[in-house]
Amino acid sequence: MGIRIALAGNPNCGKTTLFNALTGSNQFVGNWPGVTVEYKEGKYKSDKEVTIVDLPGIYSLSPYTLEEVVSRNYLIDERPDAIINVIDGTNIERNLYLTTQVVELGIPVVIAINMMDVVEKNGDKINTKKLAEEIGVPVVEISALKNRGLKEVVSAAVAAGKAALPQEPKHRFNGSVEHALAHIEELCLHNISDANIQRWYSIKLFERDEKIQEKLGLSKDVIDHIEQDITSCEKEMDDDAESIITGERYNYIGTIISGCVKKANRGMTISDKIDRIVTNRILALPIFAVVMFIVYYISVTTVGTYATDWANDGVFGDGWHLFAIGSKDYNDASEEFTGNQLIVDGYDLYVEENGTEPTGDFEYPVEDEETLKVDYETASLEDYAAAKAYLEKNEEPDPAEYGVWVPGVPVLVEKGLDALHCNDILKALILDGIVAGVGAVLGFVPQILVLFIFLAFLEACGYMARVAFIMDRIFRKFGLSGKSFIPMLIGSGCGIPGIMASRTIENDRDRKMTIMTTTFIPCGAKLPFIGMVAGAIFGGAPWVAPCAYFLGIFAIVVSGIMLKKTKLFAGDPAPFVMELPAYHWPTVSNVLRSMWERGWSFIKKAGTIILLSTIVIWFLTFFGFTSDGFRMLEEDEISSSILAKIGGAIAWIFAPLGFGNWEATVASFTGLVAKENIVGTLGIIYGASGDVYQTMANAFTSASGMAFLAFNLLCAPCFAAMGAIKREMNSAKWFWTAIGYQCIFAWVIGLICYQIGSLILAGSFGVGTVFGFLAIAVLIYGLFRRDKYKN
Amino acid sequence: MKTLKDVNVGETVTVAKLNGEGAVKRRIMDMGITKGVEIYVRKIAPLGDPVEITVRGYELSVRKADAEMILVKED
Repeated sequence: MGIRIALAGNPNCGKTTLFNALTGSNQFVGNWPGVTVEYKEGKYKSDKEVTIVDLPGIYSLSPYTLEEVVSRNYLIDERPDAIINVIDGTNIERNLYLTTQVVELGIPVVIAINMMDVVEKNGDKINTKKLAEEIGVPVVEISALKNRGLKEVVSAAVAAGKAALPQEPKHRFNGSVEHALAHIEELCLHNISDANIQRWYSIKLFERDEKIQEKLGLSKDVIDHIEQDITSCEKEMDDDAESIITGERYNYIGTIISGCVKKANRGMTISDKIDRIVTNRILALPIFAVVMFIVYYISVTTVGTYATDWANDGVFGDGWHLFAIGSKDYNDASEEFTGNQLIVDGYDLYVEENGTEPTGDFEYPVEDEETLKVDYETASLEDYAAAKAYLEKNEEPDPAEYGVWVPGVPVLVEKGLDALHCNDILKALILDGIVAGVGAVLGFVPQILVLFIFLAFLEACGYMARVAFIMDRIFRKFGLSGKSFIPMLIGSGCGIPGIMASRTIENDRDRKMTIMTTTFIPCGAKLPFIGMVAGAIFGGAPWVAPCAYFLGIFAIVVSGIMLKKTKLFAGDPAPFVMELPAYHWPTVSNVLRSMWERGWSFIKKAGTIILLSTIVIWFLTFFGFTSDGFRMLEEDEISSSILAKIGGAIAWIFAPLGFGNWEATVASFTGLVAKENIVGTLGIIYGASGDVYQTMANAFTSASGMAFLAFNLLCAPCFAAMGAIKREMNSAKWFWTAIGYQCIFAWVIGLICYQIGSLILAGSFGVGTVFGFLAIAVLIYGLFRRDKYKN
Repeated sequence: MKTLKDVNVGETVTVAKLNGEGAVKRRIMDMGITKGVEIYVRKIAPLGDPVEITVRGYELSVRKADAEMILVKED
């Protein structure tokens, strides 16, 4: 017969370490239905009959946080065979508070006092035998980190589960409370099928727990009747019911530990000393800046970029040099070759345009790969002669000559398909649709993994809580958590790990708000697009890029303030009462496991949506009706594509923003695959009639260019980031709310940019201008209206 | 009466009463801040809010707005 054991305990009590130690790799990680709270289940390593469920870390079984509700619903409805209540031995007083509630559920409980190694090192003494007698449950000393007492605690729990003797709590409340509890039990709980849980229910009813009243389906009469008992007890004790119960529990704990726990009289612990420096009033911010710089520098600038480039341009591109050996030499050689090639091509172009050969220095165009910006450089006739001689002597460098060259997946797949004489359409579907889509999913995984090593480390060592402590004051004004700083910082590199980083925020509302606003910060992929708009429409003005970042921050601040006053984020504000756990050194295996779980969950939960939408956009871009009927198109035939038709049909949406044409609309669509694609698409569309930048400058005014930039920076992010949003929201409603909000907000800001911009720059005033001012008025109203949900 | 918000860093006080209601109050009590417990104010965050306190042998961060609900008396 299988046995189910639930692990219950406070956050930071080492529950996860224990769970990992007990189950090893036999784990299933998911979500509790409909909420973002993580669900973990695993088989006990030494006995596969034993299933272990890791409940979320909670301080209490009250009905106020998602974690608490999920945990207690599981314990009441699923009734596991036994509970292992994990307790942090170094913080026993508060940890026992949950114990006093868990033992009332009628399920056999075993207490595991964790971190005994630290307790002993500190010189504290815990009389476990006496503790077991006082509470009435077996108590086992363990150290999950040092693999101590694990077998004992599981066998104790299995024995308790098999014996199936209902847990009887030894604790009794004060006479007046007990009197009321007895009344409640008699009145509405005598016919409950499982008599063992009666006491827990009666206490919850005494606390006026609405969720339990509802669950038991009590009539209004009964609730009123109970109310009399509660009020008379409250009068007698001169306090409210919840306070009476909580106070009594802590008093009871006080009496237990005074007899069982002896704390060594010691000075400051190492953790205290670290904390004195790390959250010092003067040093805290500089240290914070340094930590954030290291995280950003490694996970975004250096290792993260290598990892993403390797995955995107190597594995899912042309290929890569094994261990990067030879990469630099190859790049240098390739650059030299291209440089010479450009001079020779420029010379030929001059001859073609002027009909004669240049007699002295001549200019030749150099196009920037990322932004398609064309610059002119000057070469002399000697340069030309040298370049020509170089090209005669050298062939285009072959990467395979510089190191072990591993071809990318698309190259290999293409070779395979060619060998099979695959149909062109099928080949394009596989290469540009499926392989590119898989690449879009997997391309970001290396960077996510690098980032999550850091986040797991910061969380496990205790610094993450200090991040919230330090940054709380700024972020809470916008309905965000102090921990939102990290998603936003990372989001300036790439939105996907940024969104995933919001996982560290406990509070549900803060987390959702962070997910919704993180991608407003321009990510790395938006930079070429910003560069293109700045270069083509604003003559290379240096203020465009900083403006894009200010716009992102502005969007976060405005959205935060507006959204927190809406019904979406309404409800009692969760108080920010946060434990600052003692610092400790995390284990490598736990950090790696946390990293892997998160990376894998991105692939699993976000993969499908990214893959499918990439294929859909590919199909719409490369198929269309031409003069010779419906067929697959070449890249430069995008104007005949289905996407161009759709773009043309809905371009009117963007007319008030000044770019109501199919070109800009199509570019915005292809930007959903990856934001840097906007540049490529515009390059193809505008490049057909000559100079890309010139054509683009003619197509946009300053005002409509600003609107186009603002809209594309703020609207729905790329599919990969949308996949991450879907994964982190874990709810279709919230996913669409986030995407919908981003698009509408982007549209409104675009409208204001274009209409007010046109008024100021061109002095044009019309109906649109009125709507522009109206949009500003709506934003101001949203910002300053009274928060009617706040009490 | 003095609230936790007005207590200086380095002082130890005893909780006399908790104001407020519902989730906020319950959460504060769940964390061990109940009538009669001793609170030591350790430090204030670098930006002036929240405050870090020691209660029942562990460290807790409390916003000043929430600290205002906690009435205290000096030892």
